[in-house]
Amino acid sequence: MLLEITDLKKSYIGPDGRIEVLRGIDLSIDSGQTLALTGESGSGKSTLLHLVGGLDEADEGRIAIDGTDITGLDDAGRAALRRETVSIVFQQFNLIPSLDVAANIAFQARLAGKHDAARAQALADALGLADQLGKYPEDLSGGQQQRVAIARTLAAKPRLVLADEPTGNLDEATAANVLEQMLALVAETGAALMMATHSPGLAARLDTRVHLSLGRLA
Amino acid sequence: MNRAALVAFWSFWRRNPLQLFTLVAGLALATALWSGVQALNAEARASYDAAASVLGEGRYDQVVPRAGESFSQDLYLDLRRNGWQAGPVLEGQFTAGATRLRLVGIDPLTAPAGLGPVSRAGDTALQDMVTAGVIFAHPDVAEALRDAVSQTVVADSGLPPDTALTDIGAAQRLLDRPDEISRLVLSETQPMGRAPLDEVAPDLVLQPSQQSADIAQLTDSFHLNLTAFGMLSFAVGIFIVHGAIGLAFEQRRGMVRTLRTLGLPLRRLIGLMVLELLILALVAGGIGVVLGYMIAASLLPDVAATLEGLYGAQISGALNLNPSWWMSSLAIALLGTALAAGGALWRIARMPVLASGKARAWAVDSGRLRGLQGGAVAVLLAGSAVLIVLGDGLIAGFAGLACLLIGAALGLPLILDVTLSLAQRRARGVRWQWFWADTRQQLPGLRLALMALLLAMAANVGVSTMVSSFRLTFIGFLDQRLTSELYVGVKTEDEATRLQQFAGPRTDAILPLLSVDTRLADQPTQLFGARVGPSYSDNWTFIARDGPVWDRVERGEAVIINEQLARRADLWPGDSLDLTPDVTLPIAGVVGDYGNPEGQAVIGETLFRNLHPSFTATRFGLRSDTPEALRAALVDEFGLDPGQITDQAGLKRFSLDVFERTFTVTGALNILTLAVAGFAMLMSLLTIAGMRVPQLAPAWALGITRSELGRLELLRAVILAALSLLVALPLGLALAWMLLAVINVEAFGWRLPMYLFPLDYARLSAFALLAALLAALWPARRLARTPAAHLLKVFANAN
Repeated sequence: MLLEITDLKKSYIGPDGRIEVLRGIDLSIDSGQTLALTGESGSGKSTLLHLVGGLDEADEGRIAIDGTDITGLDDAGRAALRRETVSIVFQQFNLIPSLDVAANIAFQARLAGKHDAARAQALADALGLADQLGKYPEDLSGGQQQRVAIARTLAAKPRLVLADEPTGNLDEATAANVLEQMLALVAETGAALMMATHSPGLAARLDTRVHLSLGRLA
Repeated sequence: MNRAALVAFWSFWRRNPLQLFTLVAGLALATALWSGVQALNAEARASYDAAASVLGEGRYDQVVPRAGESFSQDLYLDLRRNGWQAGPVLEGQFTAGATRLRLVGIDPLTAPAGLGPVSRAGDTALQDMVTAGVIFAHPDVAEALRDAVSQTVVADSGLPPDTALTDIGAAQRLLDRPDEISRLVLSETQPMGRAPLDEVAPDLVLQPSQQSADIAQLTDSFHLNLTAFGMLSFAVGIFIVHGAIGLAFEQRRGMVRTLRTLGLPLRRLIGLMVLELLILALVAGGIGVVLGYMIAASLLPDVAATLEGLYGAQISGALNLNPSWWMSSLAIALLGTALAAGGALWRIARMPVLASGKARAWAVDSGRLRGLQGGAVAVLLAGSAVLIVLGDGLIAGFAGLACLLIGAALGLPLILDVTLSLAQRRARGVRWQWFWADTRQQLPGLRLALMALLLAMAANVGVSTMVSSFRLTFIGFLDQRLTSELYVGVKTEDEATRLQQFAGPRTDAILPLLSVDTRLADQPTQLFGARVGPSYSDNWTFIARDGPVWDRVERGEAVIINEQLARRADLWPGDSLDLTPDVTLPIAGVVGDYGNPEGQAVIGETLFRNLHPSFTATRFGLRSDTPEALRAALVDEFGLDPGQITDQAGLKRFSLDVFERTFTVTGALNILTLAVAGFAMLMSLLTIAGMRVPQLAPAWALGITRSELGRLELLRAVILAALSLLVALPLGLALAWMLLAVINVEAFGWRLPMYLFPLDYARLSAFALLAALLAALWPARRLARTPAAHLLKVFANAN
């Protein structure tokens, strides 16, 4: 099993006291599997993705990736996890505005020391970005920016792709198109995908769907 | 990984060249002004050290003639025979082609250890100096000397500037002064029971080493003033760097978050950012060092003139910098960068990986800090008051000044915020309400530039008030002191007697200039003997007096002292001053004295001659209603060389020239500081202009035209500069008061009256507003010409 989550709990201190965001999550994904995480706003979808991506620390529970528990990792260990094993696609794209499209696509692979120019070019071609490589993020539409973010993620050859509302900023047609391309490329690389989404339509296109409500899987 | 991250960092600067330029230029300017001042100080100090170590100036007791410039070699031989351990020195001006230099002759065999090349005893140079008359010369005059003399000339940078050193025999030949000696330098150990000086050589007097004022000590205050200005300029430059780095780091928060989410560890990220700043600091520091060298080289002649005019200290006219100066200048650039970037790096280091990637609204940030800032302002201003009232010494004075300036600078954003908030509340019409609210929103981004502008303007007001007050006082002082129409110098006692007989019937009064260097109230002091008359009593004004001052002085019943001596020894009218172990006089008056840093005391002529019976006046002031006729008579009939006569106007011109040159350096640094502040304003406005589009797009969409937005940007810059100016004026006057009443008293021993110069302030205000207008012109024009597509993109990307 690529990812195994056991009794995961997370809470925050808010203005009105402690908020229990995740109240004991058990979940697993195998390589090549795609999983849709649905739930209303505030249900804990993003928190779960952040914990799996090593962006945040759990209060209790275990997250094992390839059998290794990542909850005890320090900052450098979690950074290495994000660099080499897990990659995240954000709703806000998170591109580096001062780098052009080509440099953005290659960036994470370069950080991980896995840059493959041919693969980066192939991804750009596949995502319809071949004629945009010299442009900067500010010159691109939202859909194009998200495709750059997806290309960047897949160019780094992660074992697990985490996507947090990746099409949340896109119109319906563009969203469908971007998701189609992402699923095809994820399938091609054999990585697993865990995607948070509000859209039942998009969720329906993934292998598995789990619904998160009030911090628990329904 | 490192390379990829550094490429990302560099890409930011490549896409924002203006910010890169601001950072590098700010740091380079800060380093340049600081290192330039340090170069000047280092050069001067090296010259003082050379004078002290090679010529023994100020280090040893000396025997000098009571009158005149030299004495016979026979007197020296008499003293040697009577057990005095002394080395003879002959000094004179030597002309080598077009170069005039100071030629010093010593006897290396009898000079005290450590003087001249004696410290290199055993060296062949010593032997050559004695046997072959080899001349050691400062490199700046060595070449000219080689062409003018037959002896070997060795360039030696260890000598004071414009100075050459050789054996006394060679010097006597070159100066054509056979058997003459200027002074004797006494060894530190003298045999017991040697014959008293008065008996062996009554025409010579002992001058203790303490009386030869230590030049380095005397000039410390001047260098401290320069350093303070250098520091102010450096601070203004660092404001720019702080602004540039702060803004860049704010704008890169998104990048930082992305880098971390993509797997760059925080420590590595911070390390790479430090490396990036280190590289930028070294580049900017290198540029700054070169600029600093150029600034120092251009100011050095004026500094040299100032130091020579004020203190008689000779410093080299050419910069001679050593590696430690380069290294320390680069170190200050690194320190400045660390100061400017420390906070930004700290915030990045503490930023959670999931923090918002958007640049935070600075207004919110500054709002949180407002209370803290207000507290800091209160503490600094209170600290300044405490230091001024209770502090003692120059350092305390400068610390008080620094607290006042920093406190006021930190207080400026708070004052502006309150003022703009008031304007917003009182504004009529939605457009003006928006304008004031928008101006308030710009404050956090502009505050550093405005603080720099405030400091520069306040420094300008303060220093120009101080200099102009000083000038007015100094001119009054010259009128008071230089009452004689002609001043005449003679060479011998006999000539002095004949001059008085000749001039007596042709003048209204002859005023002999009687003075000896002595120590009074444990202070090095010049004691003057005055021939009391209307020249003194009608002109001299006292800052404190007790009864009919001049009558008492003429009768030998009282003494007048200058302000320097009064303050240093805490002696005021009514107190007594011991002139000799047997003669003690009450102090009748204290006079302001703005011509020298030393103590002075004035007694009546008769008493002076009783105390110093062998002193002969060789300089005289001559009062006459027809000075030109008198001058002609002195030259044509008496046979004086015209060079021996100086007229009052010439002397005043010379003194004022020295005065003006003294403040040339200050003036230049003042203007540079103001220029740096103007540059800070321009760069801040340009940088902010790029971030303004999202703020202005809604206003544009709601019906304000782009050209109107541009005009409002101009108006905003002028209003902010005007408000800063309103704070700068009182701050500048406070600064002037502190310079005149605290710093000058500590540095020079005198307190100057403060005058106000409204026209000067009006001119400065106009310049400052014009500078703000010019600084805003380019960014406003860019804004007014922003394509509509760019403004529309704000709404398209609002996601």
